[in-house]
Amino acid sequence: MKLLSGDRPRSKTLSAVLLLILFGLLFAPFLFPGTRSLDTAARICIFIVLVASYDLLLGYTGVVSFAHTMFFGIGAYGTALALVNMGPSYSAIVVGTVCGALFAGALAFVIALFSLRVRAIFFAMMTLAVASAFMVLVSQLSGFTGGEDGLSYRIPREMTPGFRLVKEKLSGVRLNGKLITYYVVFFSSLGLFLILLRMVNSPFGCVLQAIRENAFRAEAIGYKVVRYRSAASILSAVMAALAGSLMALWLRYTGPATTLSMDIMVDILLMVVIGGMGSMYGAVIGTVLFLLTQSYLQNLLGLLQESLGSLPIVSEVVSPERWLLWLGMLFICSIYWFPKGIVGRLRGT
Amino acid sequence: MSNNLFKPRIERPSLSQVIDAKAPLFLVPVLMLTGLLAIGSGSTWLTLTAAGFAMGMMIFIMASGLTVIFGLMDVINFGHGAFISLGAFAGFTILGLLGSWIENPGITMNLGAVFLAIAFAMLVTGLAGYGFERLIVKPVYGQHLKQILVTMGGLIVTQQLIYVIWGPDEVVLVRPTAFQGSFVVLGAAVEKYRVLAIAIGLALFVAMRLVLNRTRIGLLVRAGVQNGEMVEALGYQLRKLFLTVFMVGCALAGLGGVMWGMYQETITVHMGAGVMISVFIVVIIGGPGSIEGCFIGAMLVGLLTNYTGFLIPKLALVSTILLMGAVLMWRPQGLYPVVKTH
Repeated sequence: MKLLSGDRPRSKTLSAVLLLILFGLLFAPFLFPGTRSLDTAARICIFIVLVASYDLLLGYTGVVSFAHTMFFGIGAYGTALALVNMGPSYSAIVVGTVCGALFAGALAFVIALFSLRVRAIFFAMMTLAVASAFMVLVSQLSGFTGGEDGLSYRIPREMTPGFRLVKEKLSGVRLNGKLITYYVVFFSSLGLFLILLRMVNSPFGCVLQAIRENAFRAEAIGYKVVRYRSAASILSAVMAALAGSLMALWLRYTGPATTLSMDIMVDILLMVVIGGMGSMYGAVIGTVLFLLTQSYLQNLLGLLQESLGSLPIVSEVVSPERWLLWLGMLFICSIYWFPKGIVGRLRGT
Repeated sequence: MSNNLFKPRIERPSLSQVIDAKAPLFLVPVLMLTGLLAIGSGSTWLTLTAAGFAMGMMIFIMASGLTVIFGLMDVINFGHGAFISLGAFAGFTILGLLGSWIENPGITMNLGAVFLAIAFAMLVTGLAGYGFERLIVKPVYGQHLKQILVTMGGLIVTQQLIYVIWGPDEVVLVRPTAFQGSFVVLGAAVEKYRVLAIAIGLALFVAMRLVLNRTRIGLLVRAGVQNGEMVEALGYQLRKLFLTVFMVGCALAGLGGVMWGMYQETITVHMGAGVMISVFIVVIIGGPGSIEGCFIGAMLVGLLTNYTGFLIPKLALVSTILLMGAVLMWRPQGLYPVVKTH
């Protein structure tokens, strides 16, 4: 319980689902063999951290930012650039990750200085503008960042599929470097997630929630709202950058489409809101649900389309490419009717 | 006794106050002059300036609705971009149907086709705006966080519905014959279409100012922006007024979408969300709720984008962010802060 910082799931179903996810991810290479499913599992781990760090800002502090993918991208590019320029070594990974996280934190601080004093709507608009400008800048500075094509690089040999830990297979799975990378990603994500959980359940997190509920009153009690909001946005930026570094390590490729695009930002929003704002477990549920839906709702819609093939408009609406339409509607409905998301429902609040 | 009567005294503003109040008006000429000095060549500068004004006018068309909606009801519609795309698609459908009018070399037929397309696009986006306000904005009115989120949701759904209706491919269309090519003015090439864009934008600005300053509904809108509660206390239904303004704002987004689409000659579902970045910057620079500020902001952004696009192409979008930063350092509430009295 100490590991969960006293924030227990408080619902049997939720605990069961969370345990299922934890063990599913822990034994993913053995339960779901295959490159594709391992990739999905790693993506889920990384996105849980990314979405949870966004929840720190949106769900706990009540600040809407559209620049979260920018920080994610900064982390990814930090690691990528270090690996490109310093060669595939562990020191490059450490240097890149630390630099990325520091830069993300500093940039978040500057943006906070400029815009957290103004109202929520302006902050949202400004972060949107800054993030877009950053993305354009990254894709245009092609000499430095690889432009639209992004960067491909090598990582230390022990983390590549070519490296064998032992000759034998374990229950049909090769123990190679890819597996090591997966567990690096898994345990780092788990660690970061627990740190985030610790943060939101600390007195600091309590103040953040007070600010979310009533900023004016929080200020009146004596908490400097701007300072706490800035701290929250810096911490969430640093966490996002660390998640980005994990992404760079896992994909061995970093480009604007995988780290910076607005589509990812929209995905993150959907995950947080559908999973449940204001609860770290919401980030877990939302991420898993979203990423699985992304792969499997399309199949389901495909089946539906086949059975409805004759109707002109309807068959277009249920076509597999339109999965985002349905998630978008679910998103709007969840804001209206269950603003605490799935986790709120399960906890009965 | 009569000599001791206190007379009401209206202090004349000091010179510095007058200058401070009028200062935003000088920004556009100052920027144009700086641009001329930086570029050096007069004809290039003229071409870029015309392009900048045309772009600014189109951004103004799209931003004006957004800023009035915000001023009146404190609602920022993050789904505004979807209406830009929707308008472009609706307008292009009409232009596609009127193919023979477009290829006709006469300017009357061309203008007719363009205005029909604009009318249809505004009708479609206006009606869509009605649905959007009722379904998306109304239930979360007054709750900013939810509003931002739910209008983002509306953006996603509307974009997907555009895919459903028009298919996932981008639409390419050539401009009407009369608006292809360019005039040569003082040795500088000025695209004909840009002249049309400037004309429509200016007409809209004048019309909006007239409506806001000279008509009863404009009076109510301005009063609503300053003090909504008082307007309601006087017996006017602000929510109904707001619905009208919201629909007009969406229709203007549709108009801007058609104009922008014809400017680019290619339209995609994401074009609206792309141009929204500039629209938001313009709204912030101008001071949300202010038409005049929005107009000046749009001109500044249009000109600056074109100047930097020529001088340092990689920094075109970044330069507008820097402009926004500079304006906010100078005037944290935007160029023309809207005075709220409640």
